[in-house]
Amino acid sequence: MKENQSFVDFSEKTSLKIALVGNPNSGKSTLFNALTGLNQKTGNFPGVTVDKKSGFVKLKEGQILAEFIDLPGTYSLYPKSIDETVAFEVLCNPNNEFHPDLTIIVADASNLKRNLFLVSQIIDLRIPVILALNMMDLVEKEGDVIDIIRLSEKLGVKVVGVSARNKGSLDVLKQALFEPLPVRQYDFINIKKLAPELIEKLSALINANSDFEAFQFINNFPQISFDNNNIDNKEKIVTLLSSPLIDRNKLQSEETVERYKVINRIVGECRIQKSAIKTKSFSNKLDSFLTHRVGGYIIFLIILFFIFQTIFFLSSYPMQWIETLFVSFSNIAAQNLPQGELTNLFVNGILAGLGGIIVFVPQIAFLFAFIAILEDTGYMARVSFILDKLMRKFGLNGRSVIPLISGMACAIPAIMSTRTISSWKERMITILTTPLMSCSARLPVYTLMISLIIPNDKITGFFNYQGLILMSLYMIGFIAAMAAALVLQKILKAREKSYFIMELPVYRSPQWRTVGLTIFDKVKSFLIDAGKIILAISVLLWFLSSHAPGNKIQIIEKKYETADMLKKYNDAERKLKISSEQLEVSYAGIIGKFIEPAISPLGFDWKIGIALVTSFAAREVFVGTMATIYSVGNSDNTQTLREKMYLEKNSSTGLPTFSVAVGFSLMIFYAFAMQCMSTLAVVYRETKHWKWPAIQFLFMSALAYISSFLVYQLLK
Amino acid sequence: METANKNLAQLKIGQLAIIDSFTDKLMALKLLEMGCTPGELVKIDRIAPLGDPIAINVSGYMLCLRKAEASTILVSLLTTNI
Repeated sequence: MKENQSFVDFSEKTSLKIALVGNPNSGKSTLFNALTGLNQKTGNFPGVTVDKKSGFVKLKEGQILAEFIDLPGTYSLYPKSIDETVAFEVLCNPNNEFHPDLTIIVADASNLKRNLFLVSQIIDLRIPVILALNMMDLVEKEGDVIDIIRLSEKLGVKVVGVSARNKGSLDVLKQALFEPLPVRQYDFINIKKLAPELIEKLSALINANSDFEAFQFINNFPQISFDNNNIDNKEKIVTLLSSPLIDRNKLQSEETVERYKVINRIVGECRIQKSAIKTKSFSNKLDSFLTHRVGGYIIFLIILFFIFQTIFFLSSYPMQWIETLFVSFSNIAAQNLPQGELTNLFVNGILAGLGGIIVFVPQIAFLFAFIAILEDTGYMARVSFILDKLMRKFGLNGRSVIPLISGMACAIPAIMSTRTISSWKERMITILTTPLMSCSARLPVYTLMISLIIPNDKITGFFNYQGLILMSLYMIGFIAAMAAALVLQKILKAREKSYFIMELPVYRSPQWRTVGLTIFDKVKSFLIDAGKIILAISVLLWFLSSHAPGNKIQIIEKKYETADMLKKYNDAERKLKISSEQLEVSYAGIIGKFIEPAISPLGFDWKIGIALVTSFAAREVFVGTMATIYSVGNSDNTQTLREKMYLEKNSSTGLPTFSVAVGFSLMIFYAFAMQCMSTLAVVYRETKHWKWPAIQFLFMSALAYISSFLVYQLLK
Repeated sequence: METANKNLAQLKIGQLAIIDSFTDKLMALKLLEMGCTPGELVKIDRIAPLGDPIAINVSGYMLCLRKAEASTILVSLLTTNI
């Protein structure tokens, strides 16, 4: 067979671009994490919102700098979704900036047949590949044997057995990168036979590397972009491929059937199986509980309940440490730095703003960890499975469950993950309703308000009222999302048939490394992305709240310096009076007072008004704003924000500002209002129309205002 | 032993069948890609609590699909176990 192979050798190169491609659930991401560790960065493929993960690693004793690129998981090379189009174009188009020198195809060895489908398509592109046969440990556990040497012969490419848990197998894979690599030079199936004339003509026009590339070009003609090489022939190509005689469905189904025929033969020769039908006993047993007709739903609710309790309970300890730490920072800074504007800015603007946001890192880390675990173990797919029929009643799809649940972490990746929903209508409804799910940015607002208005009493053991209220808030978000879906289902028109064909992966214990990397990645981007906005707004807010038109600030100071006043109040009282009066006349105070008439029916005063204005761009700014406002308005640095807000009194009634009614009204407002520029931007990118984010913004704002109004009026 | 002309949605849990053909061209493309090819052995593994969708064992893994989709797959029911 050697005459049908050519060889490439990368051992002399100094830099290498390596792409990882494979089916969803093939363990590709785990392998990518194992190869790159913390040296990875997440970005976008240019022009599209497809996550691009890449990482630089030194290989071969530092002689070679390798860039690993994680391509989106895909079952085939038919570019049906943006994710698959990206994978296809990167692999096919040598002019693509991410076109790899070498491709590692990751395949799940315990699910060999279906995984080999994509493998065979990529091999037919005739690019240098290594097949990493993942999860060999699982195959052995089932009592099967895969003859890797034979498989390698039959496929005509290098095959390496790996399992992410086995470090040694990774070294074998890395080693294999620098051995001469066979590149198969004959087609897996007789592709030319499927459309002989067309393939011949097109191959000449696009200068195709293989018959399969030409075949793919024919089959996906309008979607595939023209690269620079064939612009001259564009017209000829369009005429050739616009022929109504081309039956693309037939070509594709013939290709698939042919491929599986060959694959079946190869698998039959290379794998010794215990039985034709896999029972996967452990997975099966778990499924009989987790997808049980009553138990399945109860377990799902218990898992959700457990998650919320944990977020509140476990993270309360690190949160207290962080709070205490920032209070002592402020004290040290205030005592040791010279008095003046800059110190004031640093302590009351920057430190207060930063502390207000870093304190929520533990909760966000826990939330993202749980979602990563649910996805990683394969449980999320079961939730889709048991809820599909229910979701359909709301115009949604079983696959909508994953975006809706990830929406509890962040709506942005959640909306991007709706791409797996093929029906336009179901996808639109999912996109439009997901932001109603309470995301992690609302968590700080909820946490702060709950701790102010709900006593920290335990119901029994582990459970407390605060956790229960938090869960209810998430439920309210979910109910609102479902109600909105029902309305949208009536309004939107279906464009194509909806379908739900999805793999139920075998249960696996979560990869702690993946979970850890997810937490690291998310917390980092939360601190950097949100932190930037929060810091900028904190500084701006500090300025607005400590400066006023004219010399009003000085006038107030003078007012309290008269002998009369000095007798009436002691030092501390005087300071407090001065700072709160100064805040009221400041620019921020003017803004707050300006919108106060509009928000007082919701129970909000002008100080909350300032926070509403600043958190228009991003909700998480609320807490930072409160921290800045209350630091400026209160010279005592030893209190935490929560203590300051707790002691805050309404100036006209003398009652606490943050009463139960105000607290609930504020939480409901944040639950429903669309206060996230990034979400609106991503909705625009995914729907390709400004109409949708605009509708979403107006609808959610109106819902927030009306609901808050009702809550406040009923509770006050 | 085979009895012909049933669709996959009509099968009960635990029943085995061989895929014969498809009645919906576009649906067939998706099913083929996921390894539901003519001649392939399928087993009904599980039916979701609300009666729909169903989970089948095919090509060595578990695939779930709605009854509406399963009904486009024509199968021959195997009456003997393997």
